[in-house]
Amino acid sequence: MASYSTNEFRGGLKVLLDGDPCIILENEIVKPGKGQAFNRVRLRNLMSNRVWERTFKSGESLEAADVIEQDMEYLYTDGEFWHFMLTDGSFEQYAADAKAVGDTIKWLKEQDVYTVTLYNGAPLTITPPNFVELEVVETDPGMKGDTAQGGSKPATLSTGAVVSVPLFITIGEVLKVDTRSGEYMNRVKN
Amino acid sequence: MEVETPILGRCGVTEPNLDGIYAQLDAQGIKGGWLQTSPEYHMKRLLAAGSESIYQISKVFRNGERGSRHNPEFSMLEWYRTGFDDKTLMTEVADLVCGWLECPRPKATSYRQAMIDWAGIDPFVITKSDLHQRCREWLQPEQLQNLSRDGCLDLLMSFAVEPNLGTETPVFINQYPASQASLAKISNVDGFDVAHRFELYINGIELCNGYWELTNGDEQRTRFEADNRLRKANGNPQMDIDEAFLAAIEHGLPDCAGVALGLDRLLMLKIGTRDISDVLAFPLERA
Repeated sequence: MASYSTNEFRGGLKVLLDGDPCIILENEIVKPGKGQAFNRVRLRNLMSNRVWERTFKSGESLEAADVIEQDMEYLYTDGEFWHFMLTDGSFEQYAADAKAVGDTIKWLKEQDVYTVTLYNGAPLTITPPNFVELEVVETDPGMKGDTAQGGSKPATLSTGAVVSVPLFITIGEVLKVDTRSGEYMNRVKN
Repeated sequence: MEVETPILGRCGVTEPNLDGIYAQLDAQGIKGGWLQTSPEYHMKRLLAAGSESIYQISKVFRNGERGSRHNPEFSMLEWYRTGFDDKTLMTEVADLVCGWLECPRPKATSYRQAMIDWAGIDPFVITKSDLHQRCREWLQPEQLQNLSRDGCLDLLMSFAVEPNLGTETPVFINQYPASQASLAKISNVDGFDVAHRFELYINGIELCNGYWELTNGDEQRTRFEADNRLRKANGNPQMDIDEAFLAAIEHGLPDCAGVALGLDRLLMLKIGTRDISDVLAFPLERA
């Protein structure tokens, strides 16, 4: 595998650090005018999702991590693995474990397309699209006439996610939800 | 007197931690040159030729340096005063900078005191192993293995000391260790050899670097050769020694002090930004 020296470090680069795949968030050169240069680097560990700050002497290098992101359609779960299929026409399938699926489990809808991050060819993380459309399967009865001003109530969606919705929402309606904040956006006409 | 010297020179610098940018010059049998890291050598050749005090604003180049305070190409205001020493030049720098920025006048602190105050170590007496121990806050043991004493001090200067310098009042750091003298004279102060070198820090930003200039050609050659030995030890290419520069020093550089001031950083301080891209119309990525 290739390696990158500090001069090549930039946001988005995927490297191996302490054996874990990491993505570089920020690389700052720190150097007294005539002195030794160092690089202060912020990285996100893609295994733990933790942000690390590390210092490198300029000229040091890190091995590249075999990490790629691909669009895949969610197919089904067998209880142990969640199965995804490449949308590039190859029909190639990948099985993600619970750790890779993580919190995205509450946004997984069959036939929707997700970003699957592969590390050494195996799913490492599953990222949902920014917005998903899901059906309400459970909520308190709707209150007609109570619109914009009306306060909110919890609603359970088909995937199990619970979001805060306006009082007029009823079971069976399809909602657009922002997966980054978990916030209700609007109703979707069926 | 304002002067203009080459941006593209025949030689680069031996400085172990500075890299110019190589240029594929090819004319009249002269092959290869360097975009200059500073106009210093050429300006000293003018001084040796009898120019008296001179200044210039020049574009200079440092390979590999790009960050919130670095762009590989930047603007330097560099000037030399015959008959000045580091003390009198520091006063002149303070007049210029603090007059323009309308900030309080700087106080002066020795390198040693700044290290004691902010890094908690005495740079002149600490053992190499204690120094490595202190650097463990930032580097792993295997990264420290081949880091020199000055490399360790540079780490502490950048990470422990610098962020605290000039946050309330601008501060001159002076009396650098002799090993970091570069082109400055060396004197003995309190039993330690220190360089007549100063840097001005404002809000944690290093703004300029000045020397009471070394005028001894033999000593200068010895330092260049030592630089190249360090380069070799660090696995970096050795650089040709600029013989035209040394010849000028040997001919006779008048007693003088000189300073190089980063104009982009001065402008950063003036408008209150922490990112050099804010004062460059075309930073590297868009150049």
